[in-house]
Amino acid sequence: MVLFVCFEQLSPIFLYNSVSWSTLAMNTTVVAQLQRQFQDYIVSLYQQGFLDSQFSELRKLQDEGSPDFVSEVVSLFFDDCSKLINTMSRSLEQPDNVDFKQLDSGVHQLKGSSSSVGARRVKNVCISFKECCDVQNREGCLRCLQQVDYEYKMLKTKLQDLFNLEQQILQAGGTIPQVDIN
Amino acid sequence: MATKSTGGIEKTKSTEVKKKLNVLIVDDDPSIRRIHEMIIKTIGGISQTAKNGEEAVILHLGGASFDLILMDKEMPERDGVSTTKKLREMKVTSMIVGVTSLAGQEEERKAFMEAGLNHCLEKPLTKDKILPLIRNLLGA
Repeated sequence: MVLFVCFEQLSPIFLYNSVSWSTLAMNTTVVAQLQRQFQDYIVSLYQQGFLDSQFSELRKLQDEGSPDFVSEVVSLFFDDCSKLINTMSRSLEQPDNVDFKQLDSGVHQLKGSSSSVGARRVKNVCISFKECCDVQNREGCLRCLQQVDYEYKMLKTKLQDLFNLEQQILQAGGTIPQVDIN
Repeated sequence: MATKSTGGIEKTKSTEVKKKLNVLIVDDDPSIRRIHEMIIKTIGGISQTAKNGEEAVILHLGGASFDLILMDKEMPERDGVSTTKKLREMKVTSMIVGVTSLAGQEEERKAFMEAGLNHCLEKPLTKDKILPLIRNLLGA
C-alpha cells in the first residue's frame, strides 16, 4: 500500500522527466538538422560564388555583444546598393548625355562596399561595369547595371534565408555553427 | 589587476594608466564604417566615425585628436587626399592610414601617400591587415 502510494506520488515526476528527456532528445535532433541545413546552405553560397572569404571575416567579427552585426552590415550594404543603382540608372537615362564620371564614381563605391561585405558576384559585375565606363560604352553600362541589380537582389534573398535559418536554430536553443570556408 | 574604464582611458589600481587606442574612421559608406568600427572594437580600441573628409576636419578643429585615422579616398564634400593634406597642415600627427580600392592604380595610390599618409591598405580591411600597424603604433 505504502509502495503503491509512493509510486503514485513518484510517477508524475517520473513521467514528467521521461517527457522532458524525450522533448530534449527531439529538440536536439531538430537543432542538429537545422545546423546541418545552415552549414550546407552557407557552403553552397560560397560554392556558387555569391559570397567570398570576406563574408567569413564578417562572421568572425560578430560576437555576443553584437549578435546582429552581420545582418546589420549587409542591410546597410543593400540599402546603399539600391540608392547607387537608382543614381546610376538616372545617369544612363539620356543616351546623348551620360555622365560617365558620375557613373564611374558610383561603380567604384559599389565595388568597394561589395568587396567589404564579401558580395563576390556583385563585385565581379562592378569590375566589368568599370571597364564599360572607362570606354564610355553606354550599352555595356546598361547591361552591367541590370546585372548588378539582379545580383544584389538575388544575394539579398539568399542572405535573408540564411538569417532566417540562424533564427530558427537560436529559437530551438542551438548555437550557430562556425563554418570555415578557407 | 582591477580596471575601470573612463572614456578612452583605463585606470588600473596602480598608478599606471593604460590608454585605449582612439581611432577616427572616415568613409562615406555606412557599411564600411560599421565594419571598421567592429574591427577596432575587437582589437580593444574605441572609434568615432566621419561620413566624409569635411566632417573629419571639423572634428579636429573642434579639438578632437586620435591615435589612428582610417581614411577612405573617394568621398563627397572633401576626398581623402585633400583631407589628409589639410590635417597635416593643421599639424595633426596621428597615424593616417589610407583604406582604398586602388589595385593597379599606382599613380593614384602614390598621390594619396604623398598627401601625408603613413600607410595605404587595400580594401577590404581585415583585422590581420591592420594589426601589424597598430602594434607598431602602440609599441612607439
